[in-house]
Amino acid sequence: MAAYFVTGEMFQGKGRAKADMKKKNRGRWRKNTPQRKNTPWNKYLTAGMVMTGIALILGVAGFFWTPYSTTAMSASEKFAAPSLRHLFGTDNFGRDIFSRVMQGLGTTIVISTLVVFFSGLAGILLGAFTGYFGGVLDEVVMRITDALNGFPSILLTLVIISLLGSGRQNVIISMSLVFTPSFVRIVRGEFIRLKDADYIKRARMMGAGKFRILFVHILPNIFSVFWVSVMIGFNNAILAESGMSYLGIGVQPPDASLGNMLSDAQGYLQAAPWYALAPGLTIVWLVLGFSLFSEGIRRRAEGKQ
Amino acid sequence: MKYLGKKIITLIMTLFLVSAAAFLAFQIIPGDVVASILGTEATPEREAQLREELGLNDPPLVRYVGWVTGVMKGDLGVSYRYSRNMNEMMPVAELIGDKLPVTLWLAAVSLVLIIAVSIPLGVVWAKSGSHVLDAILGVITQAAMAVPSFFLGILVTYLFGILLKCFSPGGYVSYETDFAGFLGYLFFPAMSVALPKIAMTARFLRNSMLTEMNADYVRTAYSKGCGKERVMYVHVLRNAMLPVVTFLGMIVAEIVAGSVVIEQVFGLPGIGRLLISSISTRDFPVVEILILYITFVVIFVYFLVDILYKVIDPRIS
Amino acid sequence: MKKDFHSKKDFHSKKKLCSFLFTALLAMAVLGGCADSTGESSGDNSSMESQADSQGTGSGQESGGTEEDSSAEESASGEGMSEADPAGQDAAGDMYGGSVVVGIQQDIDSLDPHKATAAGTKEILFNIFEGLVKPDENGNLICAVAEDYTISEDGLVYTFTLRDGVKFHNGNAVTAEDVKYSLERVAGLLDGTPLISTMKTIQAVDIIDEKTVQVTVDSANTELIYSFVAAVIPSGSGEDAGADPIGTGPFSFVSYKPQEGISLAKNPDYWQTGLPYLDSVEFRITGSADTALMELQGGTIDLYAYLTDSQAQALKGSHQVITAPSNVVQALFLNNALEPLNDVRVRQAILYALDKEAVNDFVGGGNGTLISSAMLPTLKDYYVDLNEAYGTTANVEKAKELLADAGFAEGFDLEIAIPAVYEFHMQTGEVVVEQLKAVGINATIKGMEWSTWLDEVYNGCQYAATISGITCDMTPGYLLNRFQTDSSKNFINFTNAEYDEIYVKAQESLDSAEKADYYKQLQKILCDEAGTAFIQVPANMTAISRRLAGYKFYPIYVQDMSTVYIIE
Repeated sequence: MAAYFVTGEMFQGKGRAKADMKKKNRGRWRKNTPQRKNTPWNKYLTAGMVMTGIALILGVAGFFWTPYSTTAMSASEKFAAPSLRHLFGTDNFGRDIFSRVMQGLGTTIVISTLVVFFSGLAGILLGAFTGYFGGVLDEVVMRITDALNGFPSILLTLVIISLLGSGRQNVIISMSLVFTPSFVRIVRGEFIRLKDADYIKRARMMGAGKFRILFVHILPNIFSVFWVSVMIGFNNAILAESGMSYLGIGVQPPDASLGNMLSDAQGYLQAAPWYALAPGLTIVWLVLGFSLFSEGIRRRAEGKQ
Repeated sequence: MKYLGKKIITLIMTLFLVSAAAFLAFQIIPGDVVASILGTEATPEREAQLREELGLNDPPLVRYVGWVTGVMKGDLGVSYRYSRNMNEMMPVAELIGDKLPVTLWLAAVSLVLIIAVSIPLGVVWAKSGSHVLDAILGVITQAAMAVPSFFLGILVTYLFGILLKCFSPGGYVSYETDFAGFLGYLFFPAMSVALPKIAMTARFLRNSMLTEMNADYVRTAYSKGCGKERVMYVHVLRNAMLPVVTFLGMIVAEIVAGSVVIEQVFGLPGIGRLLISSISTRDFPVVEILILYITFVVIFVYFLVDILYKVIDPRIS
Repeated sequence: MKKDFHSKKDFHSKKKLCSFLFTALLAMAVLGGCADSTGESSGDNSSMESQADSQGTGSGQESGGTEEDSSAEESASGEGMSEADPAGQDAAGDMYGGSVVVGIQQDIDSLDPHKATAAGTKEILFNIFEGLVKPDENGNLICAVAEDYTISEDGLVYTFTLRDGVKFHNGNAVTAEDVKYSLERVAGLLDGTPLISTMKTIQAVDIIDEKTVQVTVDSANTELIYSFVAAVIPSGSGEDAGADPIGTGPFSFVSYKPQEGISLAKNPDYWQTGLPYLDSVEFRITGSADTALMELQGGTIDLYAYLTDSQAQALKGSHQVITAPSNVVQALFLNNALEPLNDVRVRQAILYALDKEAVNDFVGGGNGTLISSAMLPTLKDYYVDLNEAYGTTANVEKAKELLADAGFAEGFDLEIAIPAVYEFHMQTGEVVVEQLKAVGINATIKGMEWSTWLDEVYNGCQYAATISGITCDMTPGYLLNRFQTDSSKNFINFTNAEYDEIYVKAQESLDSAEKADYYKQLQKILCDEAGTAFIQVPANMTAISRRLAGYKFYPIYVQDMSTVYIIE
């Protein structure tokens, strides 16, 4: 489970190199670098927006309406292959997988978004202060994040569940805790890197306040690095949620989430491969759309400069 | 040296913090090891006896202190859940020593795959100025990074195991009985571990190379009359590889710490699965040591990465 | 009812086909001592007819059951392993050798046969250890280490005569001393800690002569004989730390690796001459039930029990699949002490709301046996069919009526705790939630980690409802025991004075017909009071590689590998 943090962590390195590259790329020797047109729009952005948009629309709509009931069972329609009637086929209870994917997409998006939001926010606050000011606070926070890094998220989740009880909000709380350290590390690293940059020194000389420097001068400049870890975090949040269903502490059946559908489907890989493919490919679609979207934004930002 | 000393002290502090947190966690969560061993058929007498056998009658804090003292003396304790045979409890060191090779070999095979594919891919990608190739590789790598490892494991199992019958899923072969068979079996889980990492590493290498290509020394090399290939491989790649190596180091840390999901999907008896099962059976000594191990690996690799970064970028203090 | 009948018949027909060897062993009466049935005598006449005949000659309390067996067998049609029979007789010489890998679900909890409690462990240890008596594939007891036994009129003295030529895996012959040691160990006479609770009743174990052991108990109980399946181990070996597990079974222990499995090798000195066939057996822990399926298909495991229906379907073409009732009782357990479930009308409403047939169809592929009280239908002498009481399909009208009577016309919230590792129970939960919704009960599932479930639900009684399974042994009163008011296993909080009274009477009874009658009354009370919503005895679906034959299916949780051999 430590995997979840470390993956995010790796982009600390990537982020730095990328940011460095960007700086050096500016205005220089563009020959070998692919297309950097001065257009506000690009294909990545279009594809990303379309994909994310479809996922969002389906997910949000899933809260209000689905083509079939997500829980009604039908013995006669067990394991129906995908057809016009059931776009993604049906599962072992004869439930329409498309409807459940819609419901699950909504649940998963809400949970993952909130988890990434809370842990990202905590990461920015903790990372900014510890990275910029250093000192004892930095030591303490870093030790705690190190400890959290090695600590199995399952154990942490079990602790939170037994303290607060099960339920979706507690799933979100425990996952946010698990995801925070990687964000803290990334943000902290960036703040350490930038705090002695020339333009920050100049701002300090001009008399800018500490908070202004932290959040107006530095924060916008770590955005592209931070964004990458948000993407990874989002992907991992979906995964972690499915892992929790496996232990019986995630979204409870008969409610659907993409994660618990995927883990249920594993047993029917041969009888009904579509059961695993539908939620699995939906996750890929969602994350890929989101990454393309952010890639598009990044390219647009670079194009403008 | 002072830096190293400080690092070692913080490492020990962190390890202690983690073990204390795990101890606390075990006091909070419901369920205990005796019930989980004896299940639904437990008799009160047998329960009391097992509790006595496992030394669970001492207060938790006393047990924890005893455990910490033991660990400091190099005695990792014995597992509550696993017995070597009839009456002898399994030493944690032996238990983990048995599982560790599986995880380490998985890491090794994955790393070989990652390096063998991602480095040539990254180089070709960086060298080619083609927009089409750039876009194609960009989307493919992004897609590869978007596949959750759980789903990837299922896909690999389905495609190579069931449809193509390249391997028999779940048919894990012990490294002790048939090493070649073991490695052969590891190939597919390693592939599942490696695929997203290949995409990440290739992207990373490509970016790193593009950065280096713009560096002053490259222009100097060109102006000195070096050939394009020579500049590419001797100067650019060598310099671009440094951050990639640290990146790979982090990947290794991640896999060595146990790929819970992949081990579960492919039925590999490695560190990750041991951790999960030990948590669910409340086998405290095993969980503690595993957590310490994972924390140690992660911190140690970060430490190495830190040092490498200092070497590469002296601005970071 | 009809369904029930069919599945039972099915069960016996397959069972017969799996059990063509050592037929005389089947002729066993529980109280009448051991039939003269050694390996030598039965090896010659292993035909269907003689099997049926020898069963017919069985006497004592089980005879009714065995007769039903043989009639079912005669009408059976071949499926599965029938082709193995002629092969088994013609080429006896070729049946020996080879090794087999059996997939198992959980890790074993102890190699000490007296301390192992998990059903998944006992099924393996069955091959290594034997007691004075042991179960056969019909659920009867046959003699093992003992050659014969007698029980005194008052039921207080058991006299066992030891079989000649039984050797431990270490080569030593089994002595009366070993038997005494083993029995004293399980009874707690050695250190005050009984390892098997039913054996607490043993007062003394006396060696009469070198072949005879006499056991004195403090109260008569006709079911106690089932407890003498407890393993016989070498004297003093229990305390011998680091010793290998040594028994008298058809296979000896070779090695065990946590999370991987356990290897056994043929016991060449096994007292049943001619057995076992295989040179070695490996029980390998599979990652999950899902990987087990793929391992079966890939051929890395040869045998796997407890398949899900969809897995069994997937394997039908490539494997022999045996479907038979398991010894697990699945139920929606209701906490009788908790509002609103303390109202019998509410519990009855839940029973009416359940559509057990739908549960069986969705989750078990229709292979389960529906039940309505606490007795395995396979224990024919004691079982009474009560499925009529609430019906096996939903009666929404009746349920709503009862709820309205109880003052819950608008329904109520009900949280069903389920150990999440058991996909079967989780899926049952999903179906049950839908069914309860139809009568206005807003049920939700609370998946739990196994250890948490044990702690909070099973041992702590902090729950409203739970779906789980209880694995039964062969003792008929096993399940009924836990519904006594002060039973330590009564996590349902069922209280009924009449029930307690009859249960005591049943235990005291020395007449098996009378006892059976008491047990039937108990089942009736439990059903009428709706103490627990019993659902079904799920089918145990076992897949066996086509290269194997001779597998015997047991109605209890064991994997007997001694009769399995390889056909090529």
